[in-house]
Amino acid sequence: MTARTAFWRGFRDGAPFTVIVVPFALLFGVVARDAGLDVLQTMSMSVLVIAGASQFTALALLQDQAPVYVALLASLAVNLRMAMYSAALVPHVGKARLGVRALLAYLMVDQVFAVAIGAYERSPEMTVPAKVAYYLGCMTLITPLWYASTLIGALVGKAIPASLSLDFALPVCFIALLAPLLRSAPQIAAAVVSVICAILFAGVPWSLGLVIAALAGVIAGAQTELWQERRAGRAE
Amino acid sequence: MISDTAIWTVILLLGLGTYLIRFSFLGLFGGKTLPPWALRHLKYIGVAVFPAIVTPLLLWPAATGGTTDPARLVAAAAAFLVGMRLSVAWALVAGMGTLYLMHYLIG
Repeated sequence: MTARTAFWRGFRDGAPFTVIVVPFALLFGVVARDAGLDVLQTMSMSVLVIAGASQFTALALLQDQAPVYVALLASLAVNLRMAMYSAALVPHVGKARLGVRALLAYLMVDQVFAVAIGAYERSPEMTVPAKVAYYLGCMTLITPLWYASTLIGALVGKAIPASLSLDFALPVCFIALLAPLLRSAPQIAAAVVSVICAILFAGVPWSLGLVIAALAGVIAGAQTELWQERRAGRAE
Repeated sequence: MISDTAIWTVILLLGLGTYLIRFSFLGLFGGKTLPPWALRHLKYIGVAVFPAIVTPLLLWPAATGGTTDPARLVAAAAAFLVGMRLSVAWALVAGMGTLYLMHYLIG
């Protein structure tokens, strides 16, 4: 596969995700303005961070009067999963030039990672330049649409009346992100423990209840997984 | 109201921190891999952080002055069910649509 064909194949495989990216970015623009950010701040966040879930996390916590370090801690925690993506991409594009890898890192988002890793595993004959071209092809539509839709959302955001209860868009966004993740017992355990701890520790100052609930959830998930493995091991 | 300093601090540090996470194994740590215990915990960050954020927002919304709003709980359940079956975009539509419907019905 030449780099050119790989680019267009990536372009085609990444295209369906615009259906998710456009409403998500529009909503971010609207919600950010609603939270009190100006257009420049809203755009800076979308361009510098390009990771919707963590941007919504930061907004939700800042709006809730959480201290800056808690907002940062929680939103960075949401992005820690990308360390896994970074490690998983090394066998495929680790030999590319440093500048290229720096660009791929900036463009790393969930959907493209999933699509690219799938394509690399299905076509092991792809060369490093072809793999890089495929990845860039995936992001060619998504990145500009992410910026443009944030801008449109930020510009029209203030015109939306309060009667539309847009504040509710924020929790709904998280629910929409969460629901498809709950596929296995450890994932469900993590979410349930997190909800219980979030209620129990809601009164803890500086929004630390959130940090406690998230940590407890992560540990619950990992422990349930270990327990399942041990049980499966014993059954054999 | 959020202060400008707080917003800019979060934007810049979140941008930098997120970039360093993305570039970690691709650029900073060379060919190293993650230890198994770290992978085991990283997998559950999303499913643990999102409920911790959503729960207080749902139970004690700022828009209602912190009192629980049944319309929002029903709408959240609708978004969750649709999110499990269909996609993120449809979950958003279902959640907001149900809230409007509930407010229209209850008034």
